[in-house]
Amino acid sequence: MVRFLTRRVLVGVVTLIAISIIVFGLFFAVPSSPAKVMCGKNCDAASIAQVETRLGLREPIVTQYTKFMKGIFVGRTYADGTAFERRCDAPCLGYSFRNDEAVTTILSRTVPVTISIVIGAAILWLLIGVSLGMVSALRRGTLFDKLAIGISLTGASMQVFFFGLILLFLLVYTTGLLPFPSYTPFTENPAKWAQGLILPWVTLGFLNSAIYARLSRAQMLETLSEDFVRTARAKGLPLRRVYTKHALRAAITPIVTIAGLDIGASLGGTFITETIFGLRGLGKETVEAVGFLNLPIVVATVLLAAVFIVVANLIVDVLYAVIDPRVRLS
Amino acid sequence: MTAPTSAPQSPATTDTGPYLKVNDLRVQFPTEDGIVKAVDGVSFSVERGQTLGIVGESGSGKSVTSLTIMGLHNTKRARISGEILVGGRNVVGMSEEQTRRLRGRDMSMIFQDPLSALHPYFKVGAQIAEAYKVHHPNASKSECRRRAVDMLGRVGIPQPARRADQYPHEFSGGMRQRAMIAMALVNDPDLLIADEPTTALDVTVQAQILDLLEDLQREFNSAIIMITHDLGVVAQVADDVLVMYGGRAVEFGSVEQVMRRPQHPYTWGLLASVPSLHGDADADLVPIKGNPPSLINLPSGCAFHPRCRYAGRNGDRSFTEVPELHQVQERGHLVACHLSEADRQKFYAEDIAPSAGVAQ
Ligand SMILES: Nc1ncnc2c1ncn2[C@@H]1O[C@H](COP(=O)(O)OP(=O)(O)OP(=O)(O)O)[C@@H](O)[C@H]1O
Ligand SMILES: [Mg+2]
Repeated sequence: MVRFLTRRVLVGVVTLIAISIIVFGLFFAVPSSPAKVMCGKNCDAASIAQVETRLGLREPIVTQYTKFMKGIFVGRTYADGTAFERRCDAPCLGYSFRNDEAVTTILSRTVPVTISIVIGAAILWLLIGVSLGMVSALRRGTLFDKLAIGISLTGASMQVFFFGLILLFLLVYTTGLLPFPSYTPFTENPAKWAQGLILPWVTLGFLNSAIYARLSRAQMLETLSEDFVRTARAKGLPLRRVYTKHALRAAITPIVTIAGLDIGASLGGTFITETIFGLRGLGKETVEAVGFLNLPIVVATVLLAAVFIVVANLIVDVLYAVIDPRVRLS
Repeated sequence: MTAPTSAPQSPATTDTGPYLKVNDLRVQFPTEDGIVKAVDGVSFSVERGQTLGIVGESGSGKSVTSLTIMGLHNTKRARISGEILVGGRNVVGMSEEQTRRLRGRDMSMIFQDPLSALHPYFKVGAQIAEAYKVHHPNASKSECRRRAVDMLGRVGIPQPARRADQYPHEFSGGMRQRAMIAMALVNDPDLLIADEPTTALDVTVQAQILDLLEDLQREFNSAIIMITHDLGVVAQVADDVLVMYGGRAVEFGSVEQVMRRPQHPYTWGLLASVPSLHGDADADLVPIKGNPPSLINLPSGCAFHPRCRYAGRNGDRSFTEVPELHQVQERGHLVACHLSEADRQKFYAEDIAPSAGVAQ
C-alpha cells in the first residue's frame, strides 16, 4: 500500500511538472506582448521595454520558468535594474498585469467560491443521482423506473445556462422566493453562505444527478446480472442484503472513479454557472484573464486546475485500492 | 435407484422416498421473439447419496432446470409449472422468502466459473462464513469463521486459516472451485447441484474436484445433480443419467444402461463425439451434424428429427408426433424415440458400436 501510494504520488508530481512546462511555454511564448496591453494606448517603446524588463519577459524562457517555479516554492524578487525592487514571498505566482494585485490574493478570493459551489452541488448529485439510479435499477420496468428514466433523460439533455436561467426567472425574478445568488464566506455566516448558493447548487446538482442516475442505473443492472450476485442469492441471503452488500459494493466502484474525476475537473472552474449567477469564482476569473491576456492569472489558474485533477486522480486511485482488493497488487 | 415417473403423476411424498422429485416441470420465458420453452415436461428424482448426471448440448435447458429447483428465477418473468419436491416440499409456487430459507441450507449449488461466482471484493473465508451465518443467526462471528476455516480444510485447501483471509483472485482456479464447494456444503445440504463445476478447470484439477465431490458425498450423504456436457464426467461420478434435448428428456437410465446400451440416436451422437478414454486414439470423432434447435420454434414431432439419420424409418411419426418417454425392455431405462426397440438395437450394433469409442 505504501509503495503503491508513493508511486502514484510520484507520477502525480511528474505530471504536474510536465503540465507546468507546457502551460508556461504556451502562454509566455504567445507573440502578442502583455506589456503593450498593460501600458495602455499612448505608450512609447521605451516604457514598454521597461515594463517588459520589470516583468522579466525579456529573459530567456527557461530562465523565466525557473524563476517562476522558484517563486512558488521559495519566493522571488522582481527588479528592473533601476531603483524598482519588489519582494514576492512564497508561494509567489506573480502579479496581475491588470491591477498589480498579487495572484495569490486573487486565488484566495475566487477559489473558495468555486469550491463552495462544487462541494454543495456534488453532495446533491451524488445523493440524489446515485440513489435514484440504484432504486430504479432494482425496480426495473416499474412506473418509478420509467419516471426516473424520463426525468434523467430530460436533465441530461439540458444545459446549465438554460436550466439556471429558468430557475433564476422563477425563483428570483418572478416569485422572489430567493435572493439573487451571492457569496458570503462560510466562516462569516454559514446560513447566508448556503442561502446565496442554493441556486447554483440546485442547477449543477440537478443536471449532474441526471447523468449520475443513468450511470448508476446501468452499473447496478450490470452488476445484478453478475454471477456473484446469483451466488449470494443461492446462499440464501435475503434480497435486501444481496442488494445492499453484494451488488451495491460492486456497482458503486466505477461511480466513485467518475465522481472523483468530475469533482476534480469542476474545481478548476464552473464558468457557466458562475457567470449566470454572477459569482466570481475560479472559472470566471480564468476566462476574463484569458480575454485580457493576463498571463500570470491564466498560468496560475490553469496550473491550479491541473493540481485539482491530479489530486482527484490520486484520491480516486487510493479509494479504488481500498474498495477493490485486486488493484492492490498491480 | 428409483426410476423417474415418466408421466406427470405425483404420488404422495414420504420421508423415505427420493429427496428430490421433479414432476412434469415446464419453464417458459415470454420474450419479444416468442415464448422460449426452456424446459418442457421433464421428470426425474434423486435419492440421498446418489448422483444424477444431466447431459445435453448447449441450450438444452440444463441450467434452467437447476436454477428452477433452486428457486432462482424471477417468477415475474419465468412461467413455471409442474412440481419440484425438495424433501417433500413443493418449491414451485413458493414465495421468495420460503425458497430463500431452503437455499444454501437444504439445497445448494456450485457454478461453472468459480472466479466470477465468488465476490471479488470479499475475503473467501468471510464469504463462506456469511453463508453459514445466514442459516445460523445465533452463531457468533468467531463460530462462523471457525466453521468456514474448517470447511476450507475439509475440501483440501492447505493452511485454511491463512487462506480464509485471502481474496478469490489470490486463489488458483482449482482452489476457487474448492472454496465454492466449501461454501455450498457449509450447512450440510441434502441436495447439491453442480452446474458444470469442472468445465472451467484443466483436466488434472477436474479429476481432483470430482474425487472431492465423491468423497464429500459419502461423508454428507447428499443427493447430487451433476450437470455437464462431458460424458467422461458422467461416467465417472453419476449413478443415473438424464439426457436432455431441446428442453425435454430423451433418455434416462442408470449410467451403465445409458453409456453401454444407449437407446436414443441423440445419445449415440453424444457418445460418438467424445474421445474414447481407453480406445483407439485414431477413431474418428463424429460430431452430431446440425445445430441445437431453437427453443421458440421446436421442430414438429420429435425435436431431434432434422438431425437424426433414422428419422422417418417408422412412417411419418417422427415429423408429426412428439415421442413420449417409454421404458425399454430393461427396467428403469427410458427412451423417447419412435424407432422400435429391435430397430434401435440393430442400428446401434451395425452403425454405431463399431466406430464409437464409447467412454466407459
Ligand atoms: N431468463 C431467460 N430468458 C429467456 N430465455 C432464457 C432465459 N434463461 C435461459 N433461457 C434460454 O433457455 C434455453 C436453455 O438454457 P440453459 O441455460 O438451460 O441451457 P444449458 O443446457 O444450461 O446450456 P449450456 O450447456 O450452454 O449451459 C436457452 O436457449 C436460453 O437462451
Ligand atoms: Mg448451462
